Amino acid sequence: MDDDRILVLGIGNILWADEGFGVRVIEALDERYELPGHVSVLDGGTQGLYLLPHLEDAAAVIIVDAIDYGLPPATLKLLRDDEVPAVLGTRKVSLHQTGFQEILALLRLRERAPRQLLVVGVQPERLDDYGGGLTPAVAAQVEPALAAVLRLLAEEFGVVATPRRSRERFTAPAISRQDYETGRPSAQAACRVGDARVLAGRPRG
Amino acid sequence: MTIQTPNGFTLDTSGKRIVVDPVTRIEGHMRCEVNVDSDNVIRNAVSTGTMWRGLEVILKGRDPRDAWAFVERICGVCTGCHALASVRAVEDALQIKIPNNAFLIREIMAKVLQWHDHVVHFYHLHALDWVNPINALKADPKATSQLQQMVGPDHPNSSPGYFRDVQNRLKKFVESGQLGLFKNGYWDNPAYKLPPEADLMAVTHYLEALDFQKEIVKVHTIFGGKNPHPNYMVGGVPCAINIDGDMAAGAPLNMERLNFVKLKLQEAFEFSKNVYVPDVIAIASFYKGWLYGGGLSGLNVMDYGDYEAIQGQKSTDRLPGGVILNGNWAEVHPIDPRDPEQVQEFVTHSWYTYGDGDADKGLHPWDGVTEPQYKLGPDAKGTRTDIQQIDENAKYSWIKAPRWKGNAVEVGPLARYILAYAQGVDYVKGQVDDSLGRFNALAGTSFTPKQALPTTIGRTLARALEAHYCAEMMLGDFDNLIANIKAGDRSTANVEKWDPATWPKEARGVGTVAAPRGGLGHWIKIKDGRIENYQCVVPTTWNGGPRDPKGNIGAFEASLMNTPMERPEEPVEILRTLHSFDPCLACSTHVISPDGEEMARVTVR
Repeated sequence: MDDDRILVLGIGNILWADEGFGVRVIEALDERYELPGHVSVLDGGTQGLYLLPHLEDAAAVIIVDAIDYGLPPATLKLLRDDEVPAVLGTRKVSLHQTGFQEILALLRLRERAPRQLLVVGVQPERLDDYGGGLTPAVAAQVEPALAAVLRLLAEEFGVVATPRRSRERFTAPAISRQDYETGRPSAQAACRVGDARVLAGRPRG
Repeated sequence: MTIQTPNGFTLDTSGKRIVVDPVTRIEGHMRCEVNVDSDNVIRNAVSTGTMWRGLEVILKGRDPRDAWAFVERICGVCTGCHALASVRAVEDALQIKIPNNAFLIREIMAKVLQWHDHVVHFYHLHALDWVNPINALKADPKATSQLQQMVGPDHPNSSPGYFRDVQNRLKKFVESGQLGLFKNGYWDNPAYKLPPEADLMAVTHYLEALDFQKEIVKVHTIFGGKNPHPNYMVGGVPCAINIDGDMAAGAPLNMERLNFVKLKLQEAFEFSKNVYVPDVIAIASFYKGWLYGGGLSGLNVMDYGDYEAIQGQKSTDRLPGGVILNGNWAEVHPIDPRDPEQVQEFVTHSWYTYGDGDADKGLHPWDGVTEPQYKLGPDAKGTRTDIQQIDENAKYSWIKAPRWKGNAVEVGPLARYILAYAQGVDYVKGQVDDSLGRFNALAGTSFTPKQALPTTIGRTLARALEAHYCAEMMLGDFDNLIANIKAGDRSTANVEKWDPATWPKEARGVGTVAAPRGGLGHWIKIKDGRIENYQCVVPTTWNGGPRDPKGNIGAFEASLMNTPMERPEEPVEILRTLHSFDPCLACSTHVISPDGEEMARVTVR
């Protein structure tokens, strides 16, 4: 691993309402800020094991994600190092075969685990809304979460983000938050509910 | 009770019922129930996709040029193939011909994806169905070194010291109590047959594979702008070519980058040749007595065909498509994804409805309907939110049941390899005959392709051979790309029809791809510049779908039939065979596991 590489990683599925939180925070970060060359910003989507190479190259990783902590909806929470695997282990990183714990275990087996692991998480309010965007309460946490990421970068790593001048974005415009949310078909045209069995017991909006 | 299915399987539901939910190490959510007889042989199998899929409906009304970006988000591993199928469908509808450079770059990207996906699947999702990492601790590294030199003599990492180092690392890892990735195995189950030295070789390559998978995806970053989620574009590829340009970020493709791509393609070629294919053959030779899991592949297989040698000429497909029925390899039926009578989806046993009176109807994807109707059958046990046992006589899956002219077919690398072998594709014939020769020599057997291919092992072997074939083909694509650029062609996109004002009022198209898990098709209807209907028929729908109105069982269910289980409470054999399909239910499923449990939950009743 390189000595000072930092990865800011947003994960989640933008097609399932608040599940897209991590990706949306990263999108806002990328849209508005430029970061020094040793800091990379990655929209991890729902990739599991495929994120391994990116994690391996980093000395420190800041993850932004929607995680069920059993807290009131839209609560932001910051976790560090040893607290991380336990929480992320309560569910898969994504829909994927590989839980985050398993990725961490692989990193350890390869002796390439990041030295520092930080998570900025939000308690989702609603997930069972296929094709939906962030709920208003969770959407209101995008700015505070972005501020938290910038604060972590500054305080932990002395990294200063500067306002973006060039326009080179990484989210395809069609699925940028605004286009995605405003272009949604009506509930009548497109069923929005998920499977009651898997969603049973999930937080409801 | 015994039921004879029209496609030749005898189902008996009288024995003990075993429920595996979730099936782990797959993409998405899946449940499997089987009945075993008094000898613990599987006599009935039920495959259930446990999540609603809603992709199609959220695309309604969107810009067709944007569809690829949405479909890329369905799933974490199939991103590129959905995006490719999507741009192909739109280009087909609008009759857009892409430049040759764009064709070649897409070909390279598709084959890189195929290679990458197959390698990751084998080492990280499937190997632990054959390989026992705990047993690897008992290996003599010298014996592993000898085995390595016998089965893969061209691989440089083969010294006893190298294997000893890996073993020590593994030992430290296991002793630290961080079993992590290995903790949920059934490591004392006699279904594991490898000697310790083979286990150590495979675990070592499991770690090496991580290095290769990490390098090859850089090709996607170069051509697609980024990875994960590379960019696609209707009409071509979103990268420009300036062969003498510099290496600044976001700059067009230059020679230095292209040389880097070539290096990565060559590394991939070496790895599949010297490690992946030899590993599969070696592991298979220790399982020579375990030729189960063929199911439908011995009867009916299907693929649309892909990898044109000459752009725009389907007849030059290097993995040609078609359909084989009833195991008759002498006759390959042509397939036409546009014909309303060929590909049809049924929902008799799926949690969807086509409306009253149309329950048993089959719909071609252009006319497809995705309307959920979640209802359990009268014999289901449990509740709507906590099913104890599925009633397969009623609706029982979120996956639809696609059929080709009413026939259940298997899709995937094995289907493609049977089709290519039957159609006399020289490269494939050479690969199959050579690897089978090596297998027979190691195992002391004399199996023919017709005996060995339609099995769980054959499915796993076909995937490895296909990965290597892709590596071979993409090196050729690369040379063609360079030659084309050097001849002065710099074009990467055809934007003549970018403006919707140039489109017809209504249009429809289909895009097919040889995706890692099998034939993938996207069907689109465009009206007034917007998406009117969009249907994806994904490989796992073909393989994992439920029964059809006539009672034909699909590939997953058929593959489990008549397989003996060592211990019914430990579903090693079920997982092994299901994993050999590389199931990906993500296209059909949602993200959240209710409790995050990693272990397959097994209930015997």
